[in-house]
Amino acid sequence: MSRVVGWKEGTMETGLIALVMVLAIIPSFHLSAQDIERGKAVYEKWCTGCHGDTGAGDGDAAAYMLPRPRDFRRAVYQIRTTASGELPTDDDIRHVVDQGMPGTAMTGWKSRLTSGDRDAVIAYIKSFSRFFDGAPPQSVDFPSAPRISDDGIAEGARIYGELECFKCHGDRGRGDGTSAPTMSDDWDFPIRPTDLTRPWTFNGGAEVEDIYRAIRTGLDGTPMPSFSDVIDAEIITDEQLWRVAQYVHSLAPGRPRVREVIRAGRTARVPDDPTDSAWVEAEAFYVPLVGQIIVSPRWFTPAVDGIWVRALHDGERLALHIAWSDPSASPDPLWQEWIELLATTVTDADGALEPVQGPDRFTIQFPARLSDGMARPYFLGGDRRRPAYTWRWRSSPDQLEVGTSTGLGQFVAGAGAASDVAHQAVFADGQWQLQVTRTLIPRDTSAAPTFAEGVAIPIAFRAADGSSGETHVRGSVSAWYAIYLDAPISATVFVMPVVATLVTAGFGLLVVWRAQRREGTRRFLPEATCDIFSSSRCSDSWHAAAAKLAHRPATRMLVPLSSRSAAPRSPA
Amino acid sequence: MTFDGTPPANPAIDMTEEPECVAKYADGPVDPVVVVNDGMLANVFIRVTAGLPAGPYPIPSQPATIDQNGCLYTPRVLGVMVGQPFEITNSDPLLHNIKAVPSESRGFNISQPRAMTTTRTFKTPEVMVPLECNVHGWMNAYVGVTDHPYFATSAEDGSFAITGLPAGTYTIEAWHETLGKRMMEAEVVEGGTVSVTFVYGSTT
Ligand SMILES: [Cu+2]
Repeated sequence: MSRVVGWKEGTMETGLIALVMVLAIIPSFHLSAQDIERGKAVYEKWCTGCHGDTGAGDGDAAAYMLPRPRDFRRAVYQIRTTASGELPTDDDIRHVVDQGMPGTAMTGWKSRLTSGDRDAVIAYIKSFSRFFDGAPPQSVDFPSAPRISDDGIAEGARIYGELECFKCHGDRGRGDGTSAPTMSDDWDFPIRPTDLTRPWTFNGGAEVEDIYRAIRTGLDGTPMPSFSDVIDAEIITDEQLWRVAQYVHSLAPGRPRVREVIRAGRTARVPDDPTDSAWVEAEAFYVPLVGQIIVSPRWFTPAVDGIWVRALHDGERLALHIAWSDPSASPDPLWQEWIELLATTVTDADGALEPVQGPDRFTIQFPARLSDGMARPYFLGGDRRRPAYTWRWRSSPDQLEVGTSTGLGQFVAGAGAASDVAHQAVFADGQWQLQVTRTLIPRDTSAAPTFAEGVAIPIAFRAADGSSGETHVRGSVSAWYAIYLDAPISATVFVMPVVATLVTAGFGLLVVWRAQRREGTRRFLPEATCDIFSSSRCSDSWHAAAAKLAHRPATRMLVPLSSRSAAPRSPA
Repeated sequence: MTFDGTPPANPAIDMTEEPECVAKYADGPVDPVVVVNDGMLANVFIRVTAGLPAGPYPIPSQPATIDQNGCLYTPRVLGVMVGQPFEITNSDPLLHNIKAVPSESRGFNISQPRAMTTTRTFKTPEVMVPLECNVHGWMNAYVGVTDHPYFATSAEDGSFAITGLPAGTYTIEAWHETLGKRMMEAEVVEGGTVSVTFVYGSTT
């Protein structure tokens, strides 16, 4: 028994399937001039900014985007239930219009446009290509998925190796395969193999069915091929392809919930290095990062769009463990080709991108003075009024500087004793793991903040991939978060600490949120405006906001301004 | 098909990621962009562009074939008729993907993770359709898709033959991936053979 793996809505219940079948046998009729007019009006209002008047994918914002908006003229579509090279069905296009494409600037329109408007705009999009003049395309018939099991996932891992998926996606799926630095799409724009540990960036969706469909029919226009012929040639069975999809699905830690308070659990002794097994046990907090689009040179194509933070303390020292996907330990000669392609593709709003690799970089900042309460420094490296106590790491040469920052690029080394702070960075399988450890009480308490237990301490992060042109202030940034060091459990307070933790953490969160709002961070960090409890799609809204900001001049921060006056107007 | 002067040097390929392919090249793998032997140029696609009687012409059932061997395409340049089976073989024990990127017809992108053969067809004439492998960024081939059988590719010794042309006067076009196009007129008489020489070179 075979069935079409279509879109979720179609498999909901029998009644709906019956309805779809009735509709399907009604012959298609030609669009009236009125329909085309309606589709054109919708398109010109909502779509031209990215996709361009003629559907060439060359709207005003397109040059700042990577991946670029779809060029409709060639009718090459990634997300299809049809064979490689075939046109998408109307339902395939509708799925993308409705749901958007995670990991890109394409947001979903289901809640913003009426279904009539969406139908009309789909018809209009198709009118950009003569390929749609022929017979309508047919979806591929796929058998149903086998039940998920541990053995099945192990089998999927084996087939992943046998099909050599790792050549592009890497041994651990982080998009760091040997072919990764050389990839371009059909329009000769650089393209990264999908990082399979970050399913919220999967263009076609993150369910097992979505992954299966991507492998089975390929993502046309990209290097991702269809594996249908491999089944036809009986090299693998369809069930084994489902196993690969289930295995890929299992690589992800689940859709991360963004929490604004990072909890540093108390332990007997903090680990010494980032590969210590104690870190695996520690709770991981996902922090989304977005491109730095405020200070020149701004950056619209960030390489690192999220990090995992773990924290532990032992009453003496605080240790932070930061992990993020990065396909290269920069600089890496194998990635020279990549940066050269990027330099000819990425339109930098504030000057040409040099095809020169720098080191990978990571910055952690705290307020220099915690006595200011929850009034935090300007989130981009602080300012003169409220400087940021900063740990600045680079991969090559591997070093961590401690200092005070009064704005992006305004860093002065030496905030108390640098020897207070120890670090170790390890790169493996497309991932950096960085551990930074400091005593809770610094040697010079006048120069560096003390990390006290039981209070929420503001913390923020920045990252840069040296093989992707992220030098100078180019890179990605987080909003302010807070870190909360668990207080020791004393005999006299038995139950209360838990409650206290929750209350304090909740209070910290509230204060962080309010302070963030007061400072206007939220106005241009749309990431922070997402629902903070469910916000893995934040970067999508950032992409959309960035597209609007791209052709406006950058704020010049030659002289660091106060946090209030530094805030540019929010995008219209 | 001649080449005057000194041909440009072909770039070496860094194939270290595929030792099984590297092993097939005694002197190290080279990208055969311009292949000249004794002043004769290979891998030129030649076809009749004007003067033919109106078609349609019978479509051969015999497939046109391309092989992936040693992480390079063999042949690098070939012709196929619209509708003619186009057979793609992987003779390497490793993953290639074959992506065709035409602009006049629909492309495809298929995976061949080990020795296997896949057949496709093209629906619209186009000279040339690029083929590429994204696993191995250096792999490139070119397919001339025509709606008639009067085409050929110059061999290693620069020779080519277009046979079975009815008597008439024809325009013949030669295409090379980096050296560009050449055009010539040729008059064919019933039962005769006409020699045509295209001249490429570093000085022309
Ligand atoms: Cu290949």
